[in-house]
Amino acid sequence: MLAERVLDGDVRAAARLMRDIDDRMKSAVDELKVLYPHTGNAFIIGLTGPPGAGKSTLVDQIVAGFRKKDLLVGVVAIDPTSPFSGGAILGDRIRMNRHADDAGVFIRSLGTRGALGGLSRSTTDVVNVMDAMGMDVVIIETVGVGQDEVDIVSAAHTTAVVMVPGLGDDIQAIKAGILEIGDIFVVNKADRDGADRTARELSAMLEMRHPEEGEWFPQVLKTEGSRGVGIDELIAEFDRHHDFLKTSGHLQRLTEERNAKLFTDTLRDQLFEAVFGAIKEDGTYRQILDGLRERTTDPYTAVERVLAQSSFS
Amino acid sequence: MAERRLRILVGKPGLDGHDRGAKIIARAFRDAGFEVIYTGLHQTPEQIVSAAIQEDVDLIALSILSGAHNTLLPAVYELMKEKKAEDIVLMAGGVIPETDIPGLKAAGIREVFTPGTSTETIVEWVRTKVTPRA
Ligand SMILES: Nc1nc2c(ncn2[C@@H]2O[C@H](COP(=O)(O)OP(=O)(O)O)[C@@H](O)[C@H]2O)c(=O)[nH]1
Ligand SMILES: [Mg+2]
Repeated sequence: MLAERVLDGDVRAAARLMRDIDDRMKSAVDELKVLYPHTGNAFIIGLTGPPGAGKSTLVDQIVAGFRKKDLLVGVVAIDPTSPFSGGAILGDRIRMNRHADDAGVFIRSLGTRGALGGLSRSTTDVVNVMDAMGMDVVIIETVGVGQDEVDIVSAAHTTAVVMVPGLGDDIQAIKAGILEIGDIFVVNKADRDGADRTARELSAMLEMRHPEEGEWFPQVLKTEGSRGVGIDELIAEFDRHHDFLKTSGHLQRLTEERNAKLFTDTLRDQLFEAVFGAIKEDGTYRQILDGLRERTTDPYTAVERVLAQSSFS
Repeated sequence: MAERRLRILVGKPGLDGHDRGAKIIARAFRDAGFEVIYTGLHQTPEQIVSAAIQEDVDLIALSILSGAHNTLLPAVYELMKEKKAEDIVLMAGGVIPETDIPGLKAAGIREVFTPGTSTETIVEWVRTKVTPRA
């Protein structure tokens, strides 16, 4: 059993289990069952923002910062899978190589494998493995392409949105969504012109949202990932948000949301696989396709019939 | 819906500063449908082996031009053995004299590709010789 070895801190076993999860092996589910009671202890941080903003560089610095405090750190870094070949080049590690042989750091790269929300579908389970291994902090770096990177909000406790200066007037065009998902905003590449202006504009936009009394008000921080400037302040802000979550009761609500999402995602996957697998197996699917072609049935009726006949197991 | 996907670490040990070859092979692997973990330049054997274990790769593909292949490559394999990871296939490509190849193979490097080998040949070798773990 891999799970027992994972709980004993066996890195090889953990890495293999993550692979089984990512490859959607049935056996992984049994392992995850064993690990689940040992999860819920890690502080999970998400970093999102456009490609090239410096997310991986910041992750490297944040890892170093938490290591200085003697905390164990896991990193899950997601890069896009090619929709054409199914292959991927996962390059986030390039910026984190100095931590590769630190036994207190575990870095895992994942391809999106067709998922659209900025994470892979395996991300939460892989984070859970790191959590069960005893990682104090787990940092998730999202893909950073597209604008629907909303999955990170339910996957992480604290989400930092990383931007760069020079957005200028474009900042007006930033989707409202990005302001909603950030607990912390980072203007990285502060060595570049316009960092102050971008930070000011961002702050102004955040202030327009009139937060209620007692709610979290996101700060805008400036960093220089490549030289490690502003990292201590960023880590202090992570800690401050974590404390806020704990004292305000938000942590419980977030955990609830996270649990609900993991449950409903798993339910959706398993129901689909069970039902679709069964109708493919027994020829029903073929018949439905024939019926649709002949227009003797329609997709809605066909689904209703399948559901009526399924025992969902 | 279970599906194994081949995972490959592509990296460059040693001090030379050219990663063109490594990038070309990384792209060829991606286009062949493999998942490549690209670790970039100046990797120590310790970093390579630790990364390969954390990433659970099936193959470590190293590009090496520095001339230090006779020390660096066996050092990687020795570390793999030490960490009980010698089931991962180790492959290298780069400027390596033919006369050094038998010695490298004896030291655990499964295959060595010299300059001029087409990416198709290398991809084909991977397809036939490296299988994702069970
Ligand atoms: N000028 C400058 N460049 C930076 C800074 N932080 C990161 N970079 C560079 O930005 C590029 C992209 O960084 P990376 O971390 O890979 O971005 P990601 O795609 O968001 O993960 C790299 O060349 C980094 O060296 C910074 O603070 N200032
Ligand atoms: Mg990155």
